[in-house]
Amino acid sequence: MKIRQLSVFLENRPGQMKLPCRALADAGINVLAMTLADTEKFGILRFIVKDPAAAQQVLEKAGCIVKQTEVLAVQVDDRPGGLVKLLEIFEKANMTIEYMYAFNTNRPDGKATLAFRVEDPDAAIKA
Amino acid sequence: MKVVMAQECIDDARQSFGTARFHPASAPDFLPRPQLGILQLQRLQSIVRRAYQRVSLYRQRMDEMGVCPEDIRSLADIARLPFTVKNDLRDTYPNGMFASPMEEIVRLHASSGTTGKPIVVAYTADDVKIWSEVMVRSLACYGLHRGDVIQVSYGYGLFTGGLGVHYGAEALGATVIPTSGGNSERQIMFLKDFGVTVICCTPSYFVHLVEKAQDMGVDMKQLPLRAGVFGAEPWTEAMRKYVQEHTNIRAFDIYGLSEIVGPGVAAECECQCGLHVFEDHFYPEVINPETGEVLPDGEEGELVLTTLSKQAMPMIRYRTRDITSLETEPCACGRTIRRIRRIGRRSDDMFIIRGVNIFPSQIETALMAVDGTVPHYQIVLTRAQGLDRMEIRVEVTPELFSDKVGAMETLQKKIAHSVLSITGIHAQISLVEPQSIPRSEGKARRVLDQRNM
Repeated sequence: MKIRQLSVFLENRPGQMKLPCRALADAGINVLAMTLADTEKFGILRFIVKDPAAAQQVLEKAGCIVKQTEVLAVQVDDRPGGLVKLLEIFEKANMTIEYMYAFNTNRPDGKATLAFRVEDPDAAIKA
Repeated sequence: MKVVMAQECIDDARQSFGTARFHPASAPDFLPRPQLGILQLQRLQSIVRRAYQRVSLYRQRMDEMGVCPEDIRSLADIARLPFTVKNDLRDTYPNGMFASPMEEIVRLHASSGTTGKPIVVAYTADDVKIWSEVMVRSLACYGLHRGDVIQVSYGYGLFTGGLGVHYGAEALGATVIPTSGGNSERQIMFLKDFGVTVICCTPSYFVHLVEKAQDMGVDMKQLPLRAGVFGAEPWTEAMRKYVQEHTNIRAFDIYGLSEIVGPGVAAECECQCGLHVFEDHFYPEVINPETGEVLPDGEEGELVLTTLSKQAMPMIRYRTRDITSLETEPCACGRTIRRIRRIGRRSDDMFIIRGVNIFPSQIETALMAVDGTVPHYQIVLTRAQGLDRMEIRVEVTPELFSDKVGAMETLQKKIAHSVLSITGIHAQISLVEPQSIPRSEGKARRVLDQRNM
């Protein structure tokens, strides 16, 4: 399924990640999954929350640059090879993955949830 | 000889002309060239005599060159006179250039120089009147008139910007709101609540106000604001486009410098094709900055100005360090006074990196050529292992931001490429957080030179 992801621009210097995280904490918003992309000069913090619109408001108020994008959330079996099966589907459909990250695991149903950034999430769902 | 705009003329404008298209104060803008030349020569002869008699620096220099006031028999003879430079004003601090006794001087202003002694300029009562006159003519050039509500957000005080525009706007018959710089929220509140139609400030401060208005949920496009009078720092056509697109106003350029009078030396007309110099009061020449030779009209060089009527502090052939050319082709507005091309390059702002001369306006043009960028930038010069480095800090906006690292890196590359193609220099582009580049209420500080030279 498609879910909304939030990304925040960060300069690459100490303490920068605290600002958005503090803003979310103060608003009582829990982060379900997150990843930090870093380059030499800047970083992009990407994460999933339950209510992205509310979180975006909170972050913009705190002075952050925020962007919402659709990413693909897929459940795979939480065992060796679980991801490979999915990647084979992507490959067959000739789809590239911009980036991906995982939600917290150790769920009782033995499934792991992964977030994928692809060019066309709708096409990915069909595949 | 003294010629000042009669008070009746101003009163007349207030009472009967209202929103008429032609302001009587603009009449000298349309003088036939031969008559303008006669007026200029009369005034030039008189001011050179005054300068020679009353200012020892002028007398000494003219004596050294073997030239006396009587040698000025035609306008071309001006080339026989010595130049005056900024340092002359510093060296003669506090009052060595004054040609009037203190009791005849009604006002002092000082330049915003950051190093050493300030440059102090003086005005007699007539000088102040003429200043108002040229400011009225500037505002009339933009098509402004009685009924306009003009917010003056230039700094008031020693800086000539605030008071210069203020008196001109009042003499025009407009409603003036003297907010001065700063307190941006209040600026926007006034714009909104008093139906302000014209704002006067530095272009960089206006960009800041546009941004602030967005934050406050005020849509600039919905305001009655119709014109901006921007000056005190060079700005580019790209900046004009940005401002006009974001606000539905027409952005006009105004030129002036305190050494000459302050704002009101030259102004754009509604054709926006160069700035008309009020050359019945400020005689323009363009010279080769290396040799001092006067260049023909149309050629690019350094602008040199002579004040033709200023009593308290005449400036003879003052080298402005601004690079432009004099345009003589008739303007569609009908004014006969010549135009200078918009000044994008001020020698004072120029910096040299790896032997290449660069002006901040070139960086601005390069930056704004990339879609979605905003004119908030800063140039940082550093030196490591004997090599100069130029870093350009650019603020990221929601339009520019992408969740993909690749897209952000592409953006950096695009900006770097644009800078390279315009300046020939490889710059390091740093994307920084919004609001991290300090905002200025007056002249923006675009270059941070951290090289220890």
